[in-house]
Amino acid sequence: MTEVVDGSFVKVVVFQLADKEYVIPVSQVQGIEKLIHITRVPKTPSFVKGVINLRGVVTPIIDLKNRFGLGESSLDDSSRIIIITQNEMEVGIVVDSANDVLDIPTDLIEPQPEVVGGLESDFIAGVAKIERRLLILLDLDLVLNPIKVGV
Amino acid sequence: MDTTQYLEMFIEESREHLQACNEHLLILEKNPSDIAIVNEVFRSAHTLKGMSATMGYEDIANLTHKMENVLDEIRNNKLHVTPELLDVVFIAVDQLEEMVLDIASGGKGKLDVTSTVQKLHAIETGMEIPLAATIVAPIETIESAENSKTNLLSYDDYELTIIQQSFEQNYSTFEISVSLRDDCLLKAARVYMVFELLEKMGDVIKSSPTVERLENEDFDQSFTVALVTVEEKEVVQKKLMKVSEVTEIIVNEFSIEKLKTRQKDKSQNNEQNQLIQGNVKEDLQEDFVNEEEQGKVSTSKTTVAIGNKTIRVNIERLDILMNLFEELIIDRGRLESISKEINNNELDETVEKMSRITGDLQNIILNMRMVPVETVFNRFPRMVRQLTRDLNKKINLEIIGAETELDRTVIDEIGDPLVHLIRNSLDHGIESPEIRKANGKPEEGTVVLRAYHSGNHVYIEIEDDGAGINRQRVLKKAISKGVVSESDAASLTDQQVAKLILSSGFSTVEVLSDISGRGVGLDVVKTTIESLGGTIEISSTEGKGSLFSIQLPLTLSIISVMLVELEKEIYAVPLSSIIETAIIKPSDILNAHNQKVIDFRGKVVPLVFLEDVFEVPKYSNEEKYFSVVIVRKGEKMAGLVVDTFIGQQEVVLKSLGTYLSSVFAISGATILGNGKVALIIDCNALIK
Repeated sequence: MTEVVDGSFVKVVVFQLADKEYVIPVSQVQGIEKLIHITRVPKTPSFVKGVINLRGVVTPIIDLKNRFGLGESSLDDSSRIIIITQNEMEVGIVVDSANDVLDIPTDLIEPQPEVVGGLESDFIAGVAKIERRLLILLDLDLVLNPIKVGV
Repeated sequence: MDTTQYLEMFIEESREHLQACNEHLLILEKNPSDIAIVNEVFRSAHTLKGMSATMGYEDIANLTHKMENVLDEIRNNKLHVTPELLDVVFIAVDQLEEMVLDIASGGKGKLDVTSTVQKLHAIETGMEIPLAATIVAPIETIESAENSKTNLLSYDDYELTIIQQSFEQNYSTFEISVSLRDDCLLKAARVYMVFELLEKMGDVIKSSPTVERLENEDFDQSFTVALVTVEEKEVVQKKLMKVSEVTEIIVNEFSIEKLKTRQKDKSQNNEQNQLIQGNVKEDLQEDFVNEEEQGKVSTSKTTVAIGNKTIRVNIERLDILMNLFEELIIDRGRLESISKEINNNELDETVEKMSRITGDLQNIILNMRMVPVETVFNRFPRMVRQLTRDLNKKINLEIIGAETELDRTVIDEIGDPLVHLIRNSLDHGIESPEIRKANGKPEEGTVVLRAYHSGNHVYIEIEDDGAGINRQRVLKKAISKGVVSESDAASLTDQQVAKLILSSGFSTVEVLSDISGRGVGLDVVKTTIESLGGTIEISSTEGKGSLFSIQLPLTLSIISVMLVELEKEIYAVPLSSIIETAIIKPSDILNAHNQKVIDFRGKVVPLVFLEDVFEVPKYSNEEKYFSVVIVRKGEKMAGLVVDTFIGQQEVVLKSLGTYLSSVFAISGATILGNGKVALIIDCNALIK
């Protein structure tokens, strides 16, 4: 579960994937980067786009859309990389666009509805409905579960 | 002159000298008549004696002094080197090591060395055990207590020896009493200036009050020092008077005779100490005789300052330095590629110069972290000697490649596992001389300890020509311990069987000895090595011997690589695994059992098509020629087929992070001059 600030509000970054809006607590976001050259890493699952040079640190990049089984992200100028820290591990996720920072009252966050099908439901920590927007809170622990491939 | 700042240096140097003693004694044991070696040991012991006396470690000084006497007798052909004699000397060195270790861990370096001192003395004097030698240590404390009362200098036997020797060398000894002005504010600063002057002129061998107290300004207006110098009395006085706020300098020349009478007076005044003081004199006289015999080697040594200055740096700081330097290297790469594009002469020159300087800097920084494995290896000859005696075996230890360098962090960890493995080889590997003879082997077994670089790794091997690993016995044991099931056992290869001895709770020797543990040892070895990112392999032939091979990563963070291109992707191959590069025609490629191979200088080398292994997206097809990088892993070779060679470059090794913790055949990544990331190929994973 993602951490809750002050018990009343969570500050989150909102980003878009396909048509849905997802949120990640701001405390775990290191920064949002424009798309730069990604070096492919062979023999990794398809959602691992590769690695980038993030100011001297080699940072792995994953494609959330692919991870959720929603198809491949088309990388273009509006694509953004959100750098997340989780358990002292830095990972970048490719999103269609990152457009907002919001305060969500914690009491608006509900556990995920059981009917939300699809692979992505495995990664959801909760949902929040604000005005007319449905924001999906991601469980980064599950999304960023380290992968071991090869030997 | 607070001694604590010299403590680190003292400990380091003491260790070096003790190690030198150990090594030379071992050589001496093999060549008992070689006086040159005795001289070496003597020199080490003598320096140690001087250092420890200066630092105030009486027990060490005392023990080394006696050791020195024995060595001197050997040197003068009055004694002969026998195993018994060496045993005692070895015990003495052991105790010295123990004391130094104690000091290093914050102790006082005290140890009851009486019995060893007596033994040494017995050897020296031909089996008589005088009482005097045993009470030397306590006297010093009583004497120093007196010093503070009377403010007259008195000397222990070591200091007297120096004075005596300096007389022989035409040095004079002065007792100088320095008085400072009553209103002197910074007494410690004046003391420092006085000492600095004194040390330019000669050696200060004693001061009262002690140096620590002088530094803490814990004295009245005056203090007394003893100086050994070649300067004239007047010169000394004049020079010292130049220090401001010094009111009076009294310089007294003195001889041993004067001193003796003074000490006699003192002992008469003090009835309580009479008996002990008497002993001192006896002991002194005895020492004088010995010292005179020692001649010039020792006297010149006392005045030689300890060179080779070192400082200790926290390894964390080196890591920070390294990280900063890595960033610099990346920017250097970037500058190089920019200057190539711009093609401006002045820029090129500057960048070139910067490259050279950073290159030098890099060597220095890397070398700071590298330590030869010698520092670990050099304790083994001694250990093997001891063990062979305990085990009643004849074993020769051969060390090859002790100069191989490894990162400090690895060095610190590798010691214990090696001790375990060597003990294991000695205890379980090498047979007793009788059995060896019966099996037609030379009585003396051989254990080879070998270190070498290969590829991105350092290998440390322990090879013995002993009994090897008995497959049946190991299997039987493993099954009874539940390490493997009976059905699996039959299908295991010999190498797999050998590896079973590394599993926990395994020990095949029916009678446990205290030499090689209780069956936990080899398991710990494996764990430690794996925690260092290394691996351990065992190959063994029954009746012929075993080979334990440890592969350790060179935790170098900057490596030389060859950059290669695969379609549009750039990969780096560590230069250390490359034998050479070649360009071959498709017709050179042969097929052998579904494996494409080439004939490379008479050897059949399998080809690895990196494009296929790395599933590189293909744009073009059909090559006229193939570019091949021939790489090796130990003895084995492989040819990596790439599209083009780009060139050689120094790069910073970066990890892919915890998220991508183990990717097949990729050992890490690096950042190129253009800011892009290139992956570093792990050749070892590609060679089967």
